[in-house]
Amino acid sequence: MSQTRSNPNAASVEIRDLRKSFGDQKVLNGITFIVSHGRTVAVLGRSGTGKSVLLKLLVGLQAPDSGSIRVAGEEITGLDPYALNRIRKQMGFLFQQAALYDSLTVAQNVAFPLRNTTLSENDRQEKVRELLSSVGLKEEHFAKMPAEISGGMQKRVGLARALALDPAILLLDEPTAGLDPISAAEIGNLITELKRRRGITAVVVTHDIQGAKTFSDTLVLLNDGHLVAQGTFDDLRKSKNEFAARFLGNGDHVSNGR
Amino acid sequence: MTGSISTLAPPAARPGGGKNDLKIVVVSVFEWFGELGIFCARLFRAFTSPYEVSELIHQCDETGSKSLPLVALAGAATGVVLSLQTRDSLIHFGAKSMLPAIIAYSVIKESGPVITGLIVSGRVGAGIGAELGSMRVTEQIDAMEVSAVDPFRFLVATRVLACVLMMPLLTLCADACAIVSGWIADTLAEPISLRHFLDNGFKGARFSDFIPPTLKTLGFGFIIGIVACFQGMRTSGGTEGVGRAATSSVVLSSLFVILADVIFVRLILMIYS
Repeated sequence: MSQTRSNPNAASVEIRDLRKSFGDQKVLNGITFIVSHGRTVAVLGRSGTGKSVLLKLLVGLQAPDSGSIRVAGEEITGLDPYALNRIRKQMGFLFQQAALYDSLTVAQNVAFPLRNTTLSENDRQEKVRELLSSVGLKEEHFAKMPAEISGGMQKRVGLARALALDPAILLLDEPTAGLDPISAAEIGNLITELKRRRGITAVVVTHDIQGAKTFSDTLVLLNDGHLVAQGTFDDLRKSKNEFAARFLGNGDHVSNGR
Repeated sequence: MTGSISTLAPPAARPGGGKNDLKIVVVSVFEWFGELGIFCARLFRAFTSPYEVSELIHQCDETGSKSLPLVALAGAATGVVLSLQTRDSLIHFGAKSMLPAIIAYSVIKESGPVITGLIVSGRVGAGIGAELGSMRVTEQIDAMEVSAVDPFRFLVATRVLACVLMMPLLTLCADACAIVSGWIADTLAEPISLRHFLDNGFKGARFSDFIPPTLKTLGFGFIIGIVACFQGMRTSGGTEGVGRAATSSVVLSSLFVILADVIFVRLILMIYS
């Protein structure tokens, strides 16, 4: 971790000409962008434009048809599962539905990634307590099963689990989807806080435009498998790109207009 | 691919499509075995440090202890039925004294291992297929991968090894229950001491009569574990897919246990005769 922090480029993500198809359907068609160390990029776009697929490619859960993905300076396409695990230890991933292990308690879920570390049992428990507290979960919820807590809490537990290995890079898939506005704002604040406190590099797939405006440095806008625009929120809003301006100006308008 | 073999549904009949359907089924079967081979290769690579000992113990409990009542009951029922069915025939041929030996040999050499294999295929195979299938469709297995925990090491290796280790022990329990229940059924018809029954049953028994048939259940355990894990790990299609994975795990593992039994019996006869 400290090694990662000492190298300013160590936690960067570089995507070049990334392509992915499922059968005849081209989901990603030549995506290129770079996320520099310590920056947060929000990936926006209409449903089904391959945003979640992009995150799964970044963490090696799916393989691209072509293109390059460099994480922390290392090319990850073509790596075998064991070599990928080395890279994955530097990355945290929050799934859209949290994907908590339903046979484990909240605390056991967060402790799961720590099972193969050298931490003692006491240190592990202390770390789990610290992580769950840092995402705003009270101790009374630690022993509950995932089914016994709300969707917002599940997202927080998922976030705590994603942070368990002290990742330098965080990949978040719809962190605020399905949450009430207050919970969504709290998750957004958590992401901002994480960025400030830990200097984490983050790629956040979201439909929450206000949230993206708050916690991201740069926005990347996808449409029909292409990257149509990238820049700050204000840049894109004022952009001459009609889709970008309409998407950020009024999401409903875009949906109805197509 | 999954459609043809995992649901075991015949291809839909179309006018003039018979040859194509047959071709698709044949290709699917070869694909399935090819993928299973790759799955096995990845599994063998997963048997390395760090070993998931606590999960293995948990799985041995799930596979062994929790299957024990069912296996014991099935074994006991087999012993009673064997005793009842065989007794009249043996009396008819004047070979009643052979009853203990017939029960002991048939249970230990064939009925015990196969019945245990089928019971474990049903109970454990369905459980593994549904559990891993459900974990797959809810992205829990993906979550494990991105946590840098190898799901093959944590989920597959432990379950396959638990099946392999527990099958011979469960088989011995089924055998014991079958022989004791066979004796009870026999002694109710005509009193005979358990010791006398066992002496008669195992008179002249050789190593090759009893040990290899029990050891073949190691192979049954591997088949049940690997097929159920394979079907579970490749689940797709939501809750319907989970149902398909559970069903196909049971159907395919039961089928392969029976086919493997034929091969094992032939091998044992070749080696020991």
